[in-house]
Amino acid sequence: MATRIDVSDLDIYYGDFLAVEKVSMTIEPSSVTALIGPSGCGKSTFLRSLNRMHEVIPGARVEGKVVVDGQDLYGANVDPVTVRRQIGMVFQRPNPFPTMSIHENVAAGMRLNSKRMPKSELDDVVERSLRGANLWNEVKDRLNKPGSSLSGGQQQRLCIARAIAVKPQVLLMDEPASALDPISTLAIEDLIDELKKDYTIVIVTHNMQQAARISDRTGFFNIAGTGKPGKLIEMDDTATIFSTPSIKATEDYISGRFG
Amino acid sequence: MTLTTEQQTPSGGPSSRPALAHGVLPRWAPWAVLGGAVLASAALSVTAGLNAALFAVVAAVLTGGGLYAWSASVEGTRRATDRLVTVVVSSAFLLALVPLVSVLWTVLGYGLERFDLEFFTYSMRGIVGEGGGIYHALMGTLIITGLATLLSVPIGLLAAVYLVEYGKGRLARAITFFVDVMTGIPSIVAGLFAFALFALFFGPGVRMGVVGAVALSVLMIPVVVRSTEEMLKLVPNELREASLALGVPKWRTIVKVVIPTSIAGIATGVTLAIARVIGETAPLLITVGITTGTNLNPFDGRMASLPVFAYYSYVAPGVPRDPYLDRAWAAALTLILIVMVLNLLARLISRLFAPKTGR
Repeated sequence: MATRIDVSDLDIYYGDFLAVEKVSMTIEPSSVTALIGPSGCGKSTFLRSLNRMHEVIPGARVEGKVVVDGQDLYGANVDPVTVRRQIGMVFQRPNPFPTMSIHENVAAGMRLNSKRMPKSELDDVVERSLRGANLWNEVKDRLNKPGSSLSGGQQQRLCIARAIAVKPQVLLMDEPASALDPISTLAIEDLIDELKKDYTIVIVTHNMQQAARISDRTGFFNIAGTGKPGKLIEMDDTATIFSTPSIKATEDYISGRFG
Repeated sequence: MTLTTEQQTPSGGPSSRPALAHGVLPRWAPWAVLGGAVLASAALSVTAGLNAALFAVVAAVLTGGGLYAWSASVEGTRRATDRLVTVVVSSAFLLALVPLVSVLWTVLGYGLERFDLEFFTYSMRGIVGEGGGIYHALMGTLIITGLATLLSVPIGLLAAVYLVEYGKGRLARAITFFVDVMTGIPSIVAGLFAFALFALFFGPGVRMGVVGAVALSVLMIPVVVRSTEEMLKLVPNELREASLALGVPKWRTIVKVVIPTSIAGIATGVTLAIARVIGETAPLLITVGITTGTNLNPFDGRMASLPVFAYYSYVAPGVPRDPYLDRAWAAALTLILIVMVLNLLARLISRLFAPKTGR
């Protein structure tokens, strides 16, 4: 069910500016892959290129290959819309649709695409997704309240529910807990741990303890200086990265020493 | 070149640190000064014979000066300046209210004379002298403005969607520029444009409701584009990304997320644009003309409209004059009421459609 992603020699540009250079990595199915590194090193850019969301920014383009289960994401006849239906994304700041209720928010993936399905089936999908996001018990009595009436942590779980409601194969998370308090963060981390049974998860985080807690493999990105492209420095099992990294820069970053 | 620097030396030792507390004027101080100033200028107007406008100016100046002097001596110059500016802002506000209140007062005073049931149910067909009404003009205004709205809203909305969601580069910049230029077109020019445009197809001298609607939509489109554009820009990018990341195509994202999120602002903008053009006289004078009978077909012949009706009743009254003048005032009152209702409607719409936070 879950999907493997092979990235080879991926260069990501914004116009003429090379933002990320020559990234090659394999993202294993049914596992959590964490991407760490300093701000501006291209983690988020790389993550967004995995479901072609970076194309939303004018001038952004890539060179190289991203192969998902044998299909090249950047092939000539690939529709980014289809890609995004299979590779979901959760953003840094919770962004429920303000005009929609909790129920409508979770059903947004179906509703916005005008997918016809019986009401009972839709309700089932909503309940399953909310249960999957550990939010069902908190909101089951107020599904018709606006999504923005929830707290920040609940909103983020609502966004996760919305993302998994369309049954993607991969879930990309861009610092999903950075705007949340420790208790909500814990709820999200527990959720990620459960979700990895069914989904391939890639998470960008600034919190190294978080990466160490939840991920199976960790990739370290770094940047040589302002204006230089970001690079994948090292990628290995999380345990290895945090105990015996093979490259000095990784060790320096993880242990808090720089330069 | 020499540079002079002024050395700011502390005016005293640590012992002369400014006190945190200082004198405060009593709460009634501004009103007391205002009362004093009004009394003083009233006395002046009795002795020196000031007119009403001069009286208001003298009272305002005395209030500002008096309050400043008093406050400066008790509270210090910063608070005094604050009080002075408060007086200036309040005076400006009152000054701005003067024409509004005056217009409302005059129109109500003259217009209520004929503001009766007959006025809204009869046209002017065969009426000489007393009686008659504005049914034909009211219907004409509603039909022409409605038609103008039908023409402008799709064009304006789609142009704004293009500018915000798709447009980049030269074309978008050119459209923005020409929309700005269109905002400044005098209404008479819009009227002449529509008149000339239809003269090409129907021959010179053609007068129809739809010509007026086209003229009004020339005035309306830039307003709709501008307000819609601003509203669409207010929609956070995160919502667009959230929708796109769910695998929703861009056009569905726009139709189902971006526009619903900003519909309150868009509807308000459209309503205000309607209120803006509903009182236009000059373009309708050229393009639609006036009739005395009711014509509900905008594609056939002249129609009456409220502003043109009021205009003609006032500049070319029949004999006796008074019924014509009364009807003109009542028509003006009706127009003001329509605009007022439209504004209230805009507020209602923005409240009904606004995204709910519902805690």
